Amino acid sequence: MTVLTTSPLIRGRVFVFGNNIDTDLLAPGAYMKGPIELLAQHCLEAIAPSFASSVQPGDIVLAGAGFGMGSSREQAAQALKILGVGCVLASGFARIFYRNAINLGLPALEFDAPDFASNGDELEVDLAGGTVRNLTRGTHAIASPMPEFLRVILADGGLMPHLAKRLGRRER
Amino acid sequence: MTLAEKVIARAAGLAHVVPGKIVTCQVDLAMMHDSGGPRRVDSKLRTLGAPIWDVDKIVVVSDHYVPAVDADSAHILQFTRGWVAEHGIKHFYDMRGICHVVLAEGGHLTPGMFAAGGDSHSPTGGAWGAFMVGIGATEMAGVLVTGELWVRVPQTLRVLLQGSLANGCSVKDVLLHLCARIGLNNDYRAIEYAGSGMADLLMAERMTLCNMAAELGGKTGIIAPDARTIAALKLAGRQDAVLDPYWCTDAEALVECDVIVELGELVPHVAAPHSPANSVPVTEIGRQKIDQAYIGACTGAKIEDLRMAASVLRGQQVANSVRLLIAPASVATTQAAIADGTLATLLAAGAILLPTGCGACAGLGAGILAGGEVCIASTARNFKGRMGASDSHVYLGSPYTVAASAIAGYIADPRDFLLTNSKASA
Ligand code: SF4
Repeated sequence: MTVLTTSPLIRGRVFVFGNNIDTDLLAPGAYMKGPIELLAQHCLEAIAPSFASSVQPGDIVLAGAGFGMGSSREQAAQALKILGVGCVLASGFARIFYRNAINLGLPALEFDAPDFASNGDELEVDLAGGTVRNLTRGTHAIASPMPEFLRVILADGGLMPHLAKRLGRRER
Repeated sequence: MTLAEKVIARAAGLAHVVPGKIVTCQVDLAMMHDSGGPRRVDSKLRTLGAPIWDVDKIVVVSDHYVPAVDADSAHILQFTRGWVAEHGIKHFYDMRGICHVVLAEGGHLTPGMFAAGGDSHSPTGGAWGAFMVGIGATEMAGVLVTGELWVRVPQTLRVLLQGSLANGCSVKDVLLHLCARIGLNNDYRAIEYAGSGMADLLMAERMTLCNMAAELGGKTGIIAPDARTIAALKLAGRQDAVLDPYWCTDAEALVECDVIVELGELVPHVAAPHSPANSVPVTEIGRQKIDQAYIGACTGAKIEDLRMAASVLRGQQVANSVRLLIAPASVATTQAAIADGTLATLLAAGAILLPTGCGACAGLGAGILAGGEVCIASTARNFKGRMGASDSHVYLGSPYTVAASAIAGYIADPRDFLLTNSKASA
């Protein structure tokens, strides 16, 4: 039986961003040498100085096109994961960021509705069905379904636990 | 099939693939650097407890934190060396140059290869007719133990280059033009460069084209090999290289769209902060003062790039208000620049030579900007804060344009200087 380490229902406040949120914003180069926990405290600070200190576990990021563009640095997705972001919804993702997010067990859904919510609205995302509800506004919309292949990796909790399973080893 | 589809099909062991399908490919080569490589994959490999699938297919390059500037970067480099020794990695380039450039110099990439690199500019490998994609550290750990990587077969967007470049223009200008024209979100597409203008382009220029497929948001960039590719491979020690006409896009293949660029009509372009998409002809920038001019990176500091800069700087002086920094893309680049006098020309004009490596490109090495400072760079990206303080400003231009701007003290059109130079030497 597959143990779902990623809850299929994600509920939290939303932080809204625009297009082309790049990896230098998500994981600033100046903190790349240090521990990821420290880098995470500077995630998005160049455009949203209070993001890292105010985001709560389960909160949701909603953005436009080109989310995660730029470097292959995995810390961009990892910083969001460490801050407890439950899900990233974006009109479009840069492909390496998208792969990194799934590999780290951070749900990322293509959701082309940048005006669906305002900062602070309460959202609920059903990963399995793709339904996104705005509980504050009482509206809902559907995200593009994630390929089955990737849903399995995400359900395993990311690529490492997925591979551990495949290689017949338990993650320590 | 398109060239990209042919390589994917071969690597997946399939006769045919179609765009949109997810397939699992056998990886022919995996490249990692000091920043995203050993220090990030080590604990993952230990967790998995599985051996590396094939050490001969792995190339490790220390280029991001070189030379060490503090104890942290020294530790990263030390860790990388230790890891390479522990795992018996034969292909290790320690401070020899930027990963994408030393891969080419070492003859590691050949037509039809399916390669993965732990760096977003891995599409550079497409210049050799390989399909090379960038991946993150966790995925690299997966490749290291399985030798496999899944891909969604991309649509092919073809850029047809016609004619030849005018004096003072370079392929960097082609890319800056494309960043504004087709945008940065060409996700999941393979960007194939082709057309009648391709035959004249040097391998270094083809590498720059494929390198900045990353800025266009493509899955990768790719160019069909020709006689020039094979000759360059032989020079890089691949005596076995032969031109196989199979590695091209078939005439009946489904190409999603063609973008035509008339090279002869192109003018020098500059991308304003903080995105390569903010690119306009240099003549539209106005008199923008600069504090620093930076010639560096895999994109803009190969020997051919340094020669472009030297052609503008010959007999000229860098403005007093500007520092012109040059970080050659590899040790071999520096040696070539010494041998043909390029370096002497640059230094005589007042340029400052920095060590080989990624340097200030990613804000890790020497040449960082202070708050409010303005730089024009031959690098690939100018995202906010990438080269230093979050309120610094980076403009992108070709090596010609960076050199011209260094002389003027403000962003300048290199064609004015090349005109003066050719008159002076006439
Ligand atoms: S030179 Fe710049 S773009 Fe090239 S690999 Fe290094 S950091 Fe990346």
